[in-house]
Amino acid sequence: MITIEHLTYTYPATSRPALQDLSLHIPAGQFCAIVGANGAGKSTLCYALTGFVPHFYRGRMEGRLQVAGHDIAVTPPSALVGLVGLVFANPFNQITGACYTVREEVAFGLENLGVPPAAMEQRIAQALALTGLTDLADRSPFALSGGQQQRLALAAVLAMQPRVLVLDEPTSQLDPVGTREVFAILAALAAQQDTTVVLVSHALEWVATHADRVIVLMAGRLVADGPPTEVLTRPELESWGVGTTRYTQAARRAQAQGLVPPGRPLPVTLSQAVAFWS
Amino acid sequence: MNIVVTDVTFRYPNGVQALSGVNLAIAGGEAVAVIGENGAGKTTLARHLNGLLRPQQGRVRIGDWDTREHTVAQLAHRVGYVFQNPDDQLFERTVRRELAFGPRNLGRDEAAIEAAVAQALARLDLEAVADSHPYDLSPAQRRLVALAAVLAMETPIVVLDEPTTGQDAAGTALLGRVIADLKAAGRTVITISHDIDFVAEHFPRLIVMAAGRILADGPTEWVLAQTGLLAQAQVDPPQLVRLAVALGLPGVPTTVDAFLDLWVRTRQRDGAEWPGGV
Repeated sequence: MITIEHLTYTYPATSRPALQDLSLHIPAGQFCAIVGANGAGKSTLCYALTGFVPHFYRGRMEGRLQVAGHDIAVTPPSALVGLVGLVFANPFNQITGACYTVREEVAFGLENLGVPPAAMEQRIAQALALTGLTDLADRSPFALSGGQQQRLALAAVLAMQPRVLVLDEPTSQLDPVGTREVFAILAALAAQQDTTVVLVSHALEWVATHADRVIVLMAGRLVADGPPTEVLTRPELESWGVGTTRYTQAARRAQAQGLVPPGRPLPVTLSQAVAFWS
Repeated sequence: MNIVVTDVTFRYPNGVQALSGVNLAIAGGEAVAVIGENGAGKTTLARHLNGLLRPQQGRVRIGDWDTREHTVAQLAHRVGYVFQNPDDQLFERTVRRELAFGPRNLGRDEAAIEAAVAQALARLDLEAVADSHPYDLSPAQRRLVALAAVLAMETPIVVLDEPTTGQDAAGTALLGRVIADLKAAGRTVITISHDIDFVAEHFPRLIVMAAGRILADGPTEWVLAQTGLLAQAQVDPPQLVRLAVALGLPGVPTTVDAFLDLWVRTRQRDGAEWPGGV
């Protein structure tokens, strides 16, 4: 679904490439998480997958990037609407400001895609239910809390049912229960609808629980790629500027202090941690 | 400087009842975190502390001032407020000017302003971007600029709305050090956050909000042991607390060291082979 070959991209008026010689293949229906320090190129990769890089941001792009059969270098973002959806890191940047209610905001993209009214109603109701916004459907988008606005940004993109869903830290302002729900929704979309999910997140516990694969970016380069538990327990994580879960931290310190027999695999999730300590 | 919130009720013009009879007392120098689900009223409460919102019923006192009898500009001498969205707050051409704006409006002399700005830049690792335009920085860096601008005002009370949003491991660790500094300097720190692992490590007192009310208020270990109440507020306990519960350990560990200590003590009590079984 996504094929990247030797992609290098430099924003205008900067000298250091934001992405450097990146090669990556993501098959349809995979739930792929991207982690890395700030400035590693995570958001730039999100923009590239949706065509904002290079078509909106300009700059210089080399290499090849194909999404759902489209060569991004020659495909404007408008041609990808409906096929590839992007949930922005900051919901304030995404909410249109042109809608009076939450329901209209979710309808906005569907109207532009020409979805028939009956189907639209159904998709809106479904997206609002999935994101826990049903009771707020008639409220102004600007009368929502920060976390509720982030749920709305997600609902508006989910309703468009894109084949590729790109999300840049979509749970950064959500309460813990909301965060768990979003991860469960994304995992279900990937598993049941064959939606390809590319997610940037610092919520490592839920990444490890739900994602099929984790990619680590550092200074624009891909430095690790593999199954979540294998990648998220690598000793280099700290030097890559990626945190670890408290489960990993406690287990690593216990091993260093000789509190547990050596050789047990380090945990990233709660169930792995229970196994580690039992 | 004490904060006393007495029976405060607030309803937004659109009819949303955001606070219903909130009572709260925070002594000078306390570090308090406010947690709860999206839309619980956390930000509305925080905005009552610096006069951005005034209680419709009840009273908010900052030291000997009633917020209804003082302007936002006056209250800015006592309460620094860092917005959830830094873009609501930043407007100057350079980071340095942004940081100087607050102390200048508080009437400080130029030497004091320069010293406060230099200190805040150093504290938040922003010296290299001091002459950059805030909007040329990454969202995570803009958040640090917003915090630095409030630190430069040297108010006795600092209110942070979701400070860890979008921060990577290094940024979160930096925020932890800033909060430790504020605590050591005897300043009052009030933080709204969904990052329960961060909150558990840095704040000795927790307030849990739900539907515009305070559901619990007390020492962090005690609040985190109220599992039914946390579930009602849509809050997950921290990872280490969940692990301790899953392992049947009798305690509420808020740090990795506390967890290891609890585990070792419990194993010794039970006469287990590890640790010290050699």
